[in-house]
Amino acid sequence: MSMNNSINVSGLLRFITAGSVDDGKSTLIGRMLYDSKNLQVDQLTAVEASSKKRGMKEVDLSLITDGLLAEREQGITIDVAYRYFATPARKFIVGDSPGHLQYTRNMVTAASSADLAIVLIDAESGVKPQTRRHLYLVHWVGVSHVLFAVNKMDKVGFSEDVYQKIERECVELAQSIGYSKIHSMPVSALDGDNITSRGDRLSWYEGPTLLEYLEQAPTVQDFSHLPFRFSVQRVMRLNRQNIQVNSGFDGADLRGYQGLVVSGEVSVGDEVVISPGGHRAKIKSILGASRRFIDSALPQESVTLFLDQDYDVSRGTLFTDVNNPMLSSNEFNAELCWFDEAPLDLSRTYLMKQMSKATRVRLEAINELVNVETLERTANHLSMCMNDIGQVSLKTQTALSFDSFKSNQGTGAFILIDEVSNRTVAAGTIQ
Amino acid sequence: MSAVIEKIEIYEKNKTTWTHLDALESEAIHILREVAAECNNPALLFSGGKDSAVVLHLALKAFFPETLPLTLLHIDTEHNYQEVLDFRDRVVKRNNLKLVVRSVGESIRQGRVRLRYEDEPRNKYQTTTLLDAIREHNFDVCIGGARRDEEKARAKERIFSFRDEFGQWDPKNQRPEIWNIYNTRVADGENIRAFPISNWTELDVWEYIQREEIELPEIYFTHQRDVVIKNNLLVPVTTLTPAKEGDDIRRMSVRFRTVGDITCTAPVASTAATIEAILLETAQTQVTERGATRLDDQTSEAAMELRKKEGYF
Repeated sequence: MSMNNSINVSGLLRFITAGSVDDGKSTLIGRMLYDSKNLQVDQLTAVEASSKKRGMKEVDLSLITDGLLAEREQGITIDVAYRYFATPARKFIVGDSPGHLQYTRNMVTAASSADLAIVLIDAESGVKPQTRRHLYLVHWVGVSHVLFAVNKMDKVGFSEDVYQKIERECVELAQSIGYSKIHSMPVSALDGDNITSRGDRLSWYEGPTLLEYLEQAPTVQDFSHLPFRFSVQRVMRLNRQNIQVNSGFDGADLRGYQGLVVSGEVSVGDEVVISPGGHRAKIKSILGASRRFIDSALPQESVTLFLDQDYDVSRGTLFTDVNNPMLSSNEFNAELCWFDEAPLDLSRTYLMKQMSKATRVRLEAINELVNVETLERTANHLSMCMNDIGQVSLKTQTALSFDSFKSNQGTGAFILIDEVSNRTVAAGTIQ
Repeated sequence: MSAVIEKIEIYEKNKTTWTHLDALESEAIHILREVAAECNNPALLFSGGKDSAVVLHLALKAFFPETLPLTLLHIDTEHNYQEVLDFRDRVVKRNNLKLVVRSVGESIRQGRVRLRYEDEPRNKYQTTTLLDAIREHNFDVCIGGARRDEEKARAKERIFSFRDEFGQWDPKNQRPEIWNIYNTRVADGENIRAFPISNWTELDVWEYIQREEIELPEIYFTHQRDVVIKNNLLVPVTTLTPAKEGDDIRRMSVRFRTVGDITCTAPVASTAATIEAILLETAQTQVTERGATRLDDQTSEAAMELRKKEGYF
């Protein structure tokens, strides 16, 4: 989806690995970096030395991304590691994410900025509970494209039967969660089969190698066809005292609105609705990152907008398409994922942050929780614990403008912050 | 009908010129504006190195034409190349910026930092000086130019990285950071380190410097320098790091890939006099930026992680 971090150009693919513990996520990334010659000499020397120190005969490729002391001690991934590499075809940002249940929120962190998720399955053991959990969360957080990599094919004699059985299971699972287009392929990350080259042990497989696949995968979502949404991050008030030297501005009093075009696009002269309030104004001018005035702005572009009229506009105010207003209410439902060790307390209020707007929120009810292993939904819950996901009803202190997450990820997403611990305790998608 | 077609044409035209650098720039500006809007007293860590020069450039753009709503903070090791200090002061003067300098030397003289030997590299001791400066000025956020492609511990760090009242980073318990919604909240005495160019690579930084014509200290370009080769690194011969008896001093064409404490930052052999030439070398290099230049990262497998846990940048 790539709403996060805005990098959404066709020459760049952001992807993550997901799947259960020990299904080979870090090894897969390590293998891909190694075989595509994206490891520098000193990185390789360091990994070789670390492997030797740990008494391994061969180079442990998972050490390339498992960079923390605690990770190397335990041989696991705790938090996402981002790696940057390139082939002649395109650039890649890969997030290698942890498989342990305890660190699920770190996988979600990685997935929230990805265009694509590679879900690894161990060919020996097939789909595991944590595979189901990851797939469910990857879909919930907005990753529209998944690839199943059936790994450790070397352990099952490169059997086509084993692969096909797992593939059927994956397709069924992905469809039940809501994916329509599903791809899969057999690989051996440890030995490098079908990662950057096919090898000769998977002769029955006719599809692309993993790297070929990633080089051609769509860098998803184009937000330009959605209605215009702009969230004011900061109000700039110019006067004679606060003007940059040599800026070319003369010091006239001026109010500009700094922020990100969340979706759609906007041109000079367009009429917009200011929300809250519902007043209308026209875009007088647009100041781009180039420090020049531009005639229009694209989705995910950071700009400063000037209006033809002065209304009450502050941080969190939205400018929106006059023909496609946002929903506005202080009560709504959301699919919430709880991250924190301290469970949800229905008697408390939390701070909700949606784009640049922060407001206090109370959770009125937990309508149902999802069992991510069976996809069963059950009612009558009084709290949510770490990694629980389910539908809740929320009530905000001030009215909120939003779209459903399904129709607009930028305006339909929020996080919850505990005002005492300041921890990010949950994230939600508005329904 | 015609209006619709016209709109599409403009979009197509714009889209073809929107590059990955524009996307990275837009992301960085969004982060800088979040900092300015949500934090009371932000500092931008400015050493005069290329990454902090890029972050400063991004900040000038993010708030243009308004003056920067933040203070520049240099944690000075007093082990600097003069060219870097001159550059720092030139940039500050030209843009009329507010700069606070706090030096490790001062921390040593006050007894806050104790060296194990004279002229010991001071990179790691910057932590004490930095934490003291944060307390002194009540900075609730420090913006830094760290990139995830630099080092394996940095590859793990959030864009908004929380530090407790002792300045410590807890890599095993980072806040989730979902979509582009950032949690900037801290209690008194705690601190956020914000890294707007987390997702930039060394190559991106150089491409951006070229595109934006960002000025840098001269030592980033080729120059003649006396060096001694130790462990495959070019150790510069300076007043702080004089040659020892028996050292084979060579005069070479070199440039710096990173700029830090003189006693632990090595240049690389290079004849690159222009950014074009540097870009070519960067695309072809076989060694990472820190691997080729930092003596202090090579003392242990987790040198950077350990420093960060203590409060380092």
